[in-house]
Amino acid sequence: MPTLTDKTWLWIAAACYLAGVVMGTIALWRERRHSRAVMYVIVAAGYTFQTFGLYLRGLEVKGCPLGNTFELFQFTAWSAATLYLIIGPAFRLSLLGYFTALLSAALTFTALAVPAWDATRRVGIFGGNPWIEFHAALALFSYGIFGLLALTSVLYLLRHYSLKSKRLGGVFAFLPPIRDLDQIGYRLLGAGVAILAISLAVGSVHWLRDLSSVASFKLVATVGILVAYGTTLALRAAGRLVGQRFASVCALLYLAALLSLWPVNSSRPAAPTTPPPAVGLNVSSSPAAAPSPEAASR
Amino acid sequence: MTPTGPLFFHLGASHQTTPLAHREKLALPPERAAELHARLAAAGALREVALLNTCNRVEFYAVAADSDALARLETAFCELQRIAPADFAAFRQHTAGPEAIRHLIAVAAGLESQLLGENEIFGQVKVAYETAQSAGTTGPVLNRVFQKAFQAAKHIRTNTGISGGQVSTANVAVELALTIFGDLTKARVLLLGAGEIGEKTAKAFLSRGAAALTVSSRTAERAMELARVLDATALPFEHFHNHLESFDIVVSATSAPDAIILPGHVSAAMRKRRARPLFFIDLALPRDIDAGVADLENVFLYNLDDLGKIAAQNLATREADVARARILIAEKADALWQQLLARHG
Repeated sequence: MPTLTDKTWLWIAAACYLAGVVMGTIALWRERRHSRAVMYVIVAAGYTFQTFGLYLRGLEVKGCPLGNTFELFQFTAWSAATLYLIIGPAFRLSLLGYFTALLSAALTFTALAVPAWDATRRVGIFGGNPWIEFHAALALFSYGIFGLLALTSVLYLLRHYSLKSKRLGGVFAFLPPIRDLDQIGYRLLGAGVAILAISLAVGSVHWLRDLSSVASFKLVATVGILVAYGTTLALRAAGRLVGQRFASVCALLYLAALLSLWPVNSSRPAAPTTPPPAVGLNVSSSPAAAPSPEAASR
Repeated sequence: MTPTGPLFFHLGASHQTTPLAHREKLALPPERAAELHARLAAAGALREVALLNTCNRVEFYAVAADSDALARLETAFCELQRIAPADFAAFRQHTAGPEAIRHLIAVAAGLESQLLGENEIFGQVKVAYETAQSAGTTGPVLNRVFQKAFQAAKHIRTNTGISGGQVSTANVAVELALTIFGDLTKARVLLLGAGEIGEKTAKAFLSRGAAALTVSSRTAERAMELARVLDATALPFEHFHNHLESFDIVVSATSAPDAIILPGHVSAAMRKRRARPLFFIDLALPRDIDAGVADLENVFLYNLDDLGKIAAQNLATREADVARARILIAEKADALWQQLLARHG
């Protein structure tokens, strides 16, 4: 049996997420509740395939696959799916699975649809330093949390609109209670800020040793995102930013966070690049495989 | 009655044909139901029988031993209830064969209920069947008919909208509170006014597990009396503004001539509540709560018209699905009848 490449696994994962979106959309269209268990299984299947695809990439780069915009988008979608699979059963929020599938499908398909994002990949970007890799993975994971926060915020805004406009039938009948959405959003924000702060703290140790290692735009963008989310958290805790305004800010901030990914990635200092090969399980023995980071840096 | 197959029929009277005054006379207390069972058994009129006895209907579902069984059941019932057979004949409903099966499924699904699609009747039909089972008056036909009717009723409730949405003002208010708070176990309710509609709504909240109820009325004695009845706390009316932030749900149903809750009162309360939403239900006419309250962040205000519109929409949704439910019932009843013909024909 031919070995499937990493891209093929990622396409299969995207197809699974899309299947979740289609199932949820049909159910909403028919004004019926879709099965949460089935949605969970679909997202879990997509997550498994995506994990495998990213694992194959990881084998190739000998670390977290975060070397280009394609991989950043894939990793962010993977983080959102991870969180949903962990918190989904606990919160039992209707439509959260649907929206997670929607976010993951949007991110993975967008990444797959833009070949330029994966035309080159920076290898050896972590310089063999596991702490920098940890910093990058944590930062991306926090983006996954913020992605889920954006989803709950959109659900909040829809529920808020439905309650204020007194339109409670149709699609609105399937939305979760507004207080649950608010509390989950608050907790996700706290978790996201904490993880991003830890990530930046870890990264700052490396930066302080070598101030030229981080481009100023990347520094400004990442610290700016942390400050923006941190300020939102502080205002929410003080009761100064609540309800619809809190949800709107969380949704808009995620858009800003996502937009910052591309320039942050581009602003990385020059590093050896390589066109990404199709990576299968037998990558290490494949003559077509890309050179290892060590080889690339030689 | 269908000439072939088991002699399965239904006989009874319900709110659809019988005025309340007559339904009172038809109601069968359990001890008299047992007596009727004994009489019919002694006469050997019925092979199997189950009695559904609720405030809205008295119905027998039975398998006749012979062609006179229906008349004998009617006579025995009228004698026991001391009503003239002619009076009963004016209100009675009777179906047989597949029609009787359709009727039973429709009753169990809530299609024949006074409040279309209500759930309570399903449990009542189950109790009727279990009572007959434990009395030993069911047999192969009734066992199959009832069990299949329960399956069909569940299918219809799940796959149509006949049970969807609340259709009474009090229950619509509770449903709305659930869409805001998720569950009411931590929700504190303030009832303003001690009238009937407010009391009903407060009871609906308590029945759904509201954490605490406080009653405040311009007539302190009435507030205290209602608080005692509902196991609630009374709050002097002149103080309720100062305690608004302590409540999650405010049900207002006073007869005050002007608004008693203004945006300023609620703004002050919301500053203390931080991110917690506040739900106002204005059941008063003229309205107790100024419409400007609805514009405040995290505040949700519904008045009588709003609740009435939601109830009407829910009812319309239920009614729109009745035709679909009837088609499903006909399919299921006919299939079951064919099975009965094959087994007992």
